Amino acid sequence: MVLRLENIQKSFGSNVVLDGIDLEIGKGQMVCLIGASGSGKSTLLRCMNLLEPIDDGAIWLDGQDISEPGLDPQPVRRRIGMVFQSFNLFPHMTAAENVMLAPRRTKGLSRDALNAPVSALFERFGLADRMDHYPDQLSGGQQQRVAIVRALAMEPEVMLFDEITSALDPELVGEVLDVLRALRMQGMTMVLATHEMGFARELADLVCFLDNGRILEAGTPSQIFETPEQDRTKSFLSRVL
Amino acid sequence: MTQTLTRRQAFEARQRRRATTLAVGSTVAVLVALVVLIPLAPGWEAVKRSFFNAEVFAKTFPGLLNAFVLDVAIFAWCAPLIALLGLAVALMRDIRNPALYPLRLLAILYTDVFRGLPVILVIYLIGFGIPGLGLPRPWNSPYIWGSLALILVYAAYVAEVIRSGIESVHQSQRSAALSLGLSPSDAMRFVVLPQAIRRVVPANMNLFIALQKDVALLSFIGPVEIFRQAGVYKSLMANFTPYVGAAIIFLCLTIPATRYADYLMNRQRKARS
Ligand SMILES: Nc1ncnc2c1ncn2[C@@H]1O[C@H](COP(=O)(O)OP(=O)(O)OP(=O)(O)O)[C@@H](O)[C@H]1O
Ligand SMILES: [Mg+2]
Repeated sequence: MVLRLENIQKSFGSNVVLDGIDLEIGKGQMVCLIGASGSGKSTLLRCMNLLEPIDDGAIWLDGQDISEPGLDPQPVRRRIGMVFQSFNLFPHMTAAENVMLAPRRTKGLSRDALNAPVSALFERFGLADRMDHYPDQLSGGQQQRVAIVRALAMEPEVMLFDEITSALDPELVGEVLDVLRALRMQGMTMVLATHEMGFARELADLVCFLDNGRILEAGTPSQIFETPEQDRTKSFLSRVL
Repeated sequence: MTQTLTRRQAFEARQRRRATTLAVGSTVAVLVALVVLIPLAPGWEAVKRSFFNAEVFAKTFPGLLNAFVLDVAIFAWCAPLIALLGLAVALMRDIRNPALYPLRLLAILYTDVFRGLPVILVIYLIGFGIPGLGLPRPWNSPYIWGSLALILVYAAYVAEVIRSGIESVHQSQRSAALSLGLSPSDAMRFVVLPQAIRRVVPANMNLFIALQKDVALLSFIGPVEIFRQAGVYKSLMANFTPYVGAAIIFLCLTIPATRYADYLMNRQRKARS
């Protein structure tokens, strides 16, 4: 077990956003979170990355409770990478500088030391000739791939993806999904919030349907997509499929 | 290149020609009216003699230019200190650590006080007050304390401008930096601040143009910079033309700088839309 969520509670003011989430994510697994807008997918991912503190419950990473109030979040975040819907590349840095910043600052590596491994990463994701481009000189798909490379450069044990294809033009979605596919094959542990039902169906080990801050139903892709038990799951799927 | 215009282009070209003709025509009309009408005013001859005297102008202009070097020098040593102090104060207002709360409070108090006072009042209070303590040379110099007054006032404005820049950088940039494992201070230093500072360059340029003008206020506590030099010439020659000379010298510097700041501001607005 790499990551275990136990009865996660999270409210913004009086708005209960996560209401008792239990979830286990095994090593090398790919877990997909699906659900309507506002059901709490992004919030759950942000909580797992400690960008939002949870109100109650616990998050276990390899046997350590990382949700302990007052715990230094930085070492944890280095082990859990996150990629956002809106890319969030740093616009004043080239693609390569975007990728090198965190390893330089947190691992004390020099640009020279990073050059080879970072070039290799860009190469692997078909971005070798884009290293010295600024984000606004890249297509949406390229930007999102750079954002993935940036998270991977920290060599995380788990990757969180928050609807990373939702802001892309349809013809660019494929190249980003290909990257996810490659990571999956490599055995990366991944949690995705996604609206790409076809992709979830093809590759997920576990699909969780979130509704009003609860996991209403979880199971293999075939269970969820072919024989859903809950009416709300059925009606959600009939709207998106 | 002989290119036939589309109907739209032809129409727009006609419109442009019409607008230019109108603008030139009305400008010329106003200028002619001024040139013809002003000399008709009863006091014009007297004003011309005491404000636009070519002979006095030629005699005093080199001296004024010389005195202006002091204005530029004062500006040159104040500007970097203002930038540093302004940045420090802007960052102090973001402090979350409860043990350092006094610093944050101090920063808030500081910006409120110095933005709430007329510059000339601060110059008087500090410029006359501190040397009044009977400090030994060189610590009684009005250059030091006058400059300090300018630095304190302008750093308060610069701090506010930088802070507005920091707030204009979207929260998601900070989230992305933190999610990579960067410390909050690294996220500020490498991700938020560089973007913030770029955005507020035009606003800060306008502040520094205002500073260049306000350097003249130091003349009230001693330094013989251009405004005071013009006053000296005025008394010597019983003529106001040196003030016009000083005004021209200021404008030669401030108008291009203002135009440039506006240009930067426009370019940013376009880049963002
Ligand atoms: N920082 C915040 N402050 C207050 N409310 C928030 C905040 N972040 C999220 N919320 C609220 O939490 C709820 C869940 O939002 P969340 O972004 O997690 O949903 P989501 O499932 O990711 O939706 P989408 O598919 O639209 O991305 C929403 O009602 C939202 O308004
Ligand atoms: Mg979301």
